[in-house]
Amino acid sequence: MTDARLPAAYLVPGSSSFSDFIGQVAPELLPSRRVLPPGSGAELAPHATTIVAATFEGGVVMAGDRRATMGNIIAQRDIEKVFPADEYSCVGIAGTAGLAVEMVRLFQTELEHYEKIEGTTLSMDGKANRLSSLIRSNLGMAMQGLSVVPLFAGFDLNANHGRIFSYDVTGGRYEETAFHSVGSGSMFARGALKKIYRDDFNAEDCVTAAVQALYDAADDDSATGGPDLARRIFPVVQVITADGGRRLPQAEVAAIADRVVAGRMQRPDGPAASVI
Amino acid sequence: MSMPFYVSPEQLMKDRADFARKGIARGRSVAVIQYADGVLFVSENPSQALHKVSEIYDRIAFAAVGRYNEFENLRIAGVRLADMRGYSYDRRDVTGRGLANAYAQTLGTIFSSGGEKPYEVEIFVAEVGDTVEDDQIYRLTYDGQVADEHGFAVMGGAADAVAAYLQERYQPGLSVEDALRLAVAALGHSETTDRQISARDLEVATLDRTRTQERKFRRLASAALITILGDTPSATPTVGPGAPSTEPADPADPVEPVTGEPEPPIAPPD
Repeated sequence: MTDARLPAAYLVPGSSSFSDFIGQVAPELLPSRRVLPPGSGAELAPHATTIVAATFEGGVVMAGDRRATMGNIIAQRDIEKVFPADEYSCVGIAGTAGLAVEMVRLFQTELEHYEKIEGTTLSMDGKANRLSSLIRSNLGMAMQGLSVVPLFAGFDLNANHGRIFSYDVTGGRYEETAFHSVGSGSMFARGALKKIYRDDFNAEDCVTAAVQALYDAADDDSATGGPDLARRIFPVVQVITADGGRRLPQAEVAAIADRVVAGRMQRPDGPAASVI
Repeated sequence: MSMPFYVSPEQLMKDRADFARKGIARGRSVAVIQYADGVLFVSENPSQALHKVSEIYDRIAFAAVGRYNEFENLRIAGVRLADMRGYSYDRRDVTGRGLANAYAQTLGTIFSSGGEKPYEVEIFVAEVGDTVEDDQIYRLTYDGQVADEHGFAVMGGAADAVAAYLQERYQPGLSVEDALRLAVAALGHSETTDRQISARDLEVATLDRTRTQERKFRRLASAALITILGDTPSATPTVGPGAPSTEPADPADPVEPVTGEPEPPIAPPD
């Protein structure tokens, strides 16, 4: 940098949105402003897969498996796909890993930037809508096979309960009740949650249910990784309550995953729900 | 062809400096104190909404006195600079020194360019380190000068009296409670009187290195301040009747004038 002064654009009063700001001063940093050559990029980069989220009384849990794939290759065994977005929310990503991680970074900065400039946090719906517009601006790349589909969850301090939002590649935002899943193994994970989810879960039950659902996804979807007992790699789990969000320590997740796996040794299809 | 009046460069700079200094002296002081676990900012500010102390980035905070619209503009520019750098490089690459340098260059250019009026602001940029030795406090004046402060520093209207009070009593390694009590006593000190500033009229924030989060900045809410300082109603003079009223000022201007003629909050002077 030759001129150490604050650039004039920085001193112009304007938007509290970080992405709007870099759109003006450094548009090349926005993924949506990049011009791509025609053709499909779907096979170029690793894909991240299954994310599940479920609410419980007093909070919400989000968990993601650790596998990234490129075609039939396992690109990474210990990728992290669930990130805190701010103190009371988190975001999990499925789709093109590189773009998704960049979008999460942009989203995190967006929330923090707003908080610092305005002196207050965005509402839960405000955060969900900002994420929506970030995804919408990625539509061009999604049409070339580089799609990003996040799952957003957090604790709404006004409503005083956990909330989950899912998205489509056009930026459509849908609020989910109780639980939801995205990614290649999401059909199996959602099916599992349908059968084992209960309204009266506490936080630990909810984490266990999420790990069960990821196990079922890994059971039937080759792109989703199950608990890796040999390498001790377990899902990333975020728990968010009125006290804020935290990532469950590896030891706690390992203990739950070990119990789930022990149960599967007895009954490989997992816990049975009653017929009626 | 008419000749403009000749004004010597010395006189020109002196006039501009006097103008800026006068604007700054009308506001209340902000004190910054290093304590064992970080850096503490204390200012007398009855407004709950218009802050003098703010977060810039993980380990960096900003405090200012003077004209609100000017320092608010600088604050937002600082947040933008920090977030931009953190986004395009890494969070660790955002430093207080870089930010102080950008402010210094900006203020210096505005001060010495004839076109604009000088900013009537003084700024602290503080960065908390892993140990007390790594803490950094920079004080920036209206003309772009930077001073590296250690232990404590004060700026604003009664800066000299407050700094003298701190000079006598400050010790390194204070707890946050002791540092707060000391700073509040210092801010209430003037040559003639000592007054107890109500906990409700204080704006207090810390950069606390013991916080587990990456973001070390924390505001101390009124309730926490009352626990530490005790509850005194607003505007209770402890010594003498001459203490200025601490009735909430015009909310558009947290920089309530202490002495001298009142100042219009936002409009630039003619």
